[in-house]
Amino acid sequence: MSQHQEKARIIRFEQLSEDNFRLTLQSPQIAAQAFPGQFVMILTGKGNDPLLRRPFSLHQASTNGSIQVYFKNVGRGTDILAHAKEGEILDVFGPLGRGYRLVDEKPACLLGGGLGIAPLLFLAKALAKRNRDATSDLILLGGRSKPEVEPLVDDFKQFGMKIICATDDGTYGEEGFVTESLDSERVAPGTHVYACGPEAMLETVHDICLQRGFGCQVSVESVMACGMGACLGCNIPASDGTYAHVCIDGPVFDSGALVWKS
Amino acid sequence: MEILKAHDPYPDLRVNIGSLQLQNPVMTASGTFGYAREFENLVNLHRLGGVIVKGISLLPRAGNPPPRIVETSSGMLNAIGLQNVGVTRFIKEKIPYLRGLNVPVVVNILGDTIEEYQEITKQLSDVEGIAALEVNISCPNVKKGGVAFGTVPHMAAAVTEAVKSVSSLPVMVKLSPNVSDIVEMALSVERAGADSLSLINTLIGMAIDVKTKKPKLANVIGGLSGPAIKPVALRMVYQVAQRVSIPVIGIGGIDNMEDALEFLIAGASAIQVGTANFINPRISEDIVDGIGEYVKDQQLGSVRELIGTLEVD
Repeated sequence: MSQHQEKARIIRFEQLSEDNFRLTLQSPQIAAQAFPGQFVMILTGKGNDPLLRRPFSLHQASTNGSIQVYFKNVGRGTDILAHAKEGEILDVFGPLGRGYRLVDEKPACLLGGGLGIAPLLFLAKALAKRNRDATSDLILLGGRSKPEVEPLVDDFKQFGMKIICATDDGTYGEEGFVTESLDSERVAPGTHVYACGPEAMLETVHDICLQRGFGCQVSVESVMACGMGACLGCNIPASDGTYAHVCIDGPVFDSGALVWKS
Repeated sequence: MEILKAHDPYPDLRVNIGSLQLQNPVMTASGTFGYAREFENLVNLHRLGGVIVKGISLLPRAGNPPPRIVETSSGMLNAIGLQNVGVTRFIKEKIPYLRGLNVPVVVNILGDTIEEYQEITKQLSDVEGIAALEVNISCPNVKKGGVAFGTVPHMAAAVTEAVKSVSSLPVMVKLSPNVSDIVEMALSVERAGADSLSLINTLIGMAIDVKTKKPKLANVIGGLSGPAIKPVALRMVYQVAQRVSIPVIGIGGIDNMEDALEFLIAGASAIQVGTANFINPRISEDIVDGIGEYVKDQQLGSVRELIGTLEVD
């Protein structure tokens, strides 16, 4: 696996809702190496403040040499990116980490909550290339409110998989948590679940999968300084009693490999 | 016909740290460069002046619970907790690769007791491929109530003597800035037999989440690094270099060629790049190139002519 530090031009800037943005970057070396679930580290500032790069999961990587990141404006780093302009150059480092392992022989359920929807588009594209009927595959997209879900739904329609959306406030799709659909007969027996989202949601996903005998991979997030196993700042308790590091052992883990709070 | 210039187009960047010879003054600081292999795709490791690997203890250490790092203004706090594979696995798994590098490998060592420092040193002394030891004295001394070795001059001296007494490797002692008199500490360690001094380690700090009223690090306090600490580091290097006769290696917030030059002018014989490796993995190589350009532009015979040339009116 090789990594690249690339000067990537912003070729498309999209504001998808008040706080959510999507950047398309010309980054051919990273795009050519990337797998779904991997991430990149982007230098957001020009000077020393903010100092560190920010990790972003790959929302898409395309054979035409472009990558996409989808993010919410939550702090100093993302605020700079939220005010970026098309044509600007960003210093991008990646692809990093271990992505999703594609389980070809099983029906797939892709489950994303909030920003956790980000890596699922790239994943759906890879899973769509499997030589199997997609009618028992399922995409579950959730968020607190309509702006977190609705702008992304169209992009998921091209794969022929059934899509179910849910919002906490009922402003889009079904009212409630997206995990409720996972715990229903809508999900075929023997499904393999690929999830990304807030920790509490992933814990629920893990519990449901355990009960229903589904294989389950989760993508987790962490603060990190380097993204490549040098700073050791992104540790997470593993079920074997050691620490795993999100940047090199993850960000995607079998859910059983991690320690869940309750 | 154009007359060819007689001088070598490659500037002379060689420096000596006592008996340790470096092809240039740019090393990578412990804990910011893993065991070097992590960076092999991104940096030409062979062009570095030296590599200082992640601190090694006698037994493996799991380190602190998360969160271990937090960004601060122009800096970062870390409380990794000295996570490392331990000396036995280090020798077995990491040394074979490091031995193949064409640059001096300095092993950073740490311990809870003087006996531990001594035992690690013994185990590393006969291992081929180690150019020098760097002694991290910022660890708590468990036999003395957890007071850091590096904050009490006689304890720092005792660690230095203990390491020196069991090894013929050059010993670089890494000083903690969390002291009231850095010169006193430096002199104490020099008298105890250190071959060189590297400074500074991180400054102890903290950060609080005002919403939860909880510390941002699980360990509550951590070490501050990055550009925020550079002026403090430069001051300490300057003060120490004036008083000791052994070489000084400057560390602290260096993230470009000019930062590195400042340390050399202040009296450092070499420098270590730390936190900047996280942000730009090839920064150390860029700094080597930058110093080379500077030496050429200034028409210096070598980079050594720059060391300790601060002009104070």
